[in-house]
Amino acid sequence: MEFSIERAALLKAVAQAQSVVERRNTIPILANVLIEAEGDSVSFRATDLDIEVVDQAPAKVVRAGSTTVNAVTFHEIVRKLPDGALVTIIGDTASARLSVEAGRSNFSLATLPREDFPVMASSEYEANFAAPAKVLRRLFDKSKFAISTEETRYYLNGVYMHVADFDGRQVLRCVATDGHRLARIDAELPENAGNMPGVIVPRKTVGELRKLLDDDDATIAVSVSETKVRFATPGITLTSKVIDGTFPDYSRVIPVGNTKRLEVDAADFAQAVDRVATVSSERSRAVKLALDEDRLVLSVNAPDSGAAEEELAVAYADEPLEIGFNAKYLLEIASQVDRENAVFLFNSAGDPTLMREGNDETAVYVVMPMRV
Amino acid sequence: MPALCRDCLTTFDAGTRCPACGRPRVLSHPELFDLSIAHMDCDAFYASVEKRDDPSLRDQPVIIGGGRRGVVSTACYIARIRGVRSAMPMFQALKLCPDAVVVKGRMSAYVEVSRQIRALMDDLTPVVEPLSLDEAFMDLSGTARLHGKPPAVMLATLLRRMETELGLSGSVGLSHNKFLAKVASDLDKPRGFSVIGLAETQDFLRNRSVRLIWGVGGHTQAALDQAGIRTFADLLRWEKPQLVARFGGMGDRLWHLARGEDRRLVQRNAPVKSISNETTFGEDTADADILDGHIWRLAENVADRAKAKGKAGRTVTLKLKRANHRILSRQASLTEPTQIADRIYRTARTLFEQVGDEGPYRLIGVGISHLAEAADADTGGDLLDPQAVKRAGAERATDAIRARFGPDAIMKGRALR
Repeated sequence: MEFSIERAALLKAVAQAQSVVERRNTIPILANVLIEAEGDSVSFRATDLDIEVVDQAPAKVVRAGSTTVNAVTFHEIVRKLPDGALVTIIGDTASARLSVEAGRSNFSLATLPREDFPVMASSEYEANFAAPAKVLRRLFDKSKFAISTEETRYYLNGVYMHVADFDGRQVLRCVATDGHRLARIDAELPENAGNMPGVIVPRKTVGELRKLLDDDDATIAVSVSETKVRFATPGITLTSKVIDGTFPDYSRVIPVGNTKRLEVDAADFAQAVDRVATVSSERSRAVKLALDEDRLVLSVNAPDSGAAEEELAVAYADEPLEIGFNAKYLLEIASQVDRENAVFLFNSAGDPTLMREGNDETAVYVVMPMRV
Repeated sequence: MPALCRDCLTTFDAGTRCPACGRPRVLSHPELFDLSIAHMDCDAFYASVEKRDDPSLRDQPVIIGGGRRGVVSTACYIARIRGVRSAMPMFQALKLCPDAVVVKGRMSAYVEVSRQIRALMDDLTPVVEPLSLDEAFMDLSGTARLHGKPPAVMLATLLRRMETELGLSGSVGLSHNKFLAKVASDLDKPRGFSVIGLAETQDFLRNRSVRLIWGVGGHTQAALDQAGIRTFADLLRWEKPQLVARFGGMGDRLWHLARGEDRRLVQRNAPVKSISNETTFGEDTADADILDGHIWRLAENVADRAKAKGKAGRTVTLKLKRANHRILSRQASLTEPTQIADRIYRTARTLFEQVGDEGPYRLIGVGISHLAEAADADTGGDLLDPQAVKRAGAERATDAIRARFGPDAIMKGRALR
């Protein structure tokens, strides 16, 4: 194998691949990236057995071939090469070495045979559709903060992507929850997505997917089966197993009868919560919300560190209410709001509270109060 | 060289017999009156208490432990001569020593005696760090002026008072840090008193096994073996960065210990780090109902103790021992600390279901760790389990009833399984 490639293109391709590789690894081949050169492009493939990323980059291929090399070392080398360099990569099967040459730099890396590299089995996808990167970005960005890390509830360790009925039409919906808060984000259902099976996309996959979604104008090819999900741009294909479990019936969790309505500027609210939470010794400490006519008093009382109080002008016309929340949860939810005011709907101090952006019901959040 | 008679507590200048009482239990060491960090370890504590309380056992081999299936928790010195050791499976101990008297153990009695010993130690110094019921570190720095006697004399006094007032013997190690004090107390058990001075530290350690290091368990031991480190002399050949690279955080500690250095202070009331409870079954079981009952009782016991201490745990641990003695341990982190038995039980249950091993098991244990204050515990509800708050409320109500009418006044049916 021999090919030449521009350093910037190489770095981009290798960076995406190496981020999938698990740093702590007991199987040596999983630390490697599979390099395959053919035609006028080179592909870089990495896997942790649950996620596989294949990144293609144009290159001048002199001799087709393939090998595997340590992903992190290879990435580090490419990263440290000068910008604009032309990199020549030559694989020598006999000596099991890969040479990397750029200007006067010359590296020789140990390789492992490509036959040992586990390539994820291809599968039949039940649904194939195209979705704008912007839409997917909103669905996952606004829901991922609520993903649970509790391993005993492994079926919550991802975002539940599925088709749902809303207001008499079908929507593409992402839901995540950890039992303390829940995010439910809807988007218009893309063409051909109607028969998509609901899947739980694992947290790590959500993180890797995010790197494909930066370009506003890009379109992502999405394929979904009961066991796998695939996201592809022209250059990058991300395939992932989905979490083998049943996502709980979240519809029961979303309160429908909450009538006490608070409307507040989300940024002002978030800043005030952040300020009063400073005195709490732990981030998990409760912030108390005391609501009265058009007035919200936020307070924290931490016996061993101090107390704080802040008043905000709000729109509130219901009976007075005192309710406590985890400051971190409140902040995370408030920071999802970017266009309009945050609208909170309360029932009582012990019941789940609903939050949404203005009257936009395509993004709703539920948060459990805590005793104060 | 300073010397001390361990029988009449007379101090004098060298000699093999006490000039006052003429007895030979003389302790002499160049640094005897300069050292102040001590470790006291009772001799065969549980067995000694049993022998003290039942003189008919005095000349018999006594083993404290749970039934035929449990392990030896303590063996008296007569049983030890036959090869019986702590933590040895009971059947093996009885093979070595068939005539041993097996006593089930009276924890409440041991706790009481431990309290009495603690009171004696408190007379020496306010800085006592108990490690268990029968051993403790003491820092006697600066107490010489208070007592008018150097620490060594006070420690000998402690051992004598334990014998005369409580009828129990113990061994003391005196040195310049915790590591060496603990090593020293083990040097001439029972009724021992050993000193490791600053000047002799390196010589003392050089040819000894690194197994002496407290806290070196199976894993570290295997790693040390693999690195070719068997003695302290081997350890001395390593540079600090190499040790850290190889053993992580432990590496730095090993480097210092190799030089006989240990900077840990004796801490009074060392903070509790975990609360756990376990039980060994009468016979191995794979019965899901029986195991479920055990998980509940253990969870309830752990929760009761957490509530009593005002603590709550962020992590729940389930421990299982298979019939072949292999231990399985599983942990789960919670999003907030808990002291509710129901929550500990449910988490442990899920861990149990996720083990994916059919059993049978000989032991099961439940514990909580990463402790937090009770005030920070169980503050939020669970969106996906709306009943959890009600169950927690019922548990608090149950606790209140028990506090008033006794522990058997009300219990879950599950507890009877």
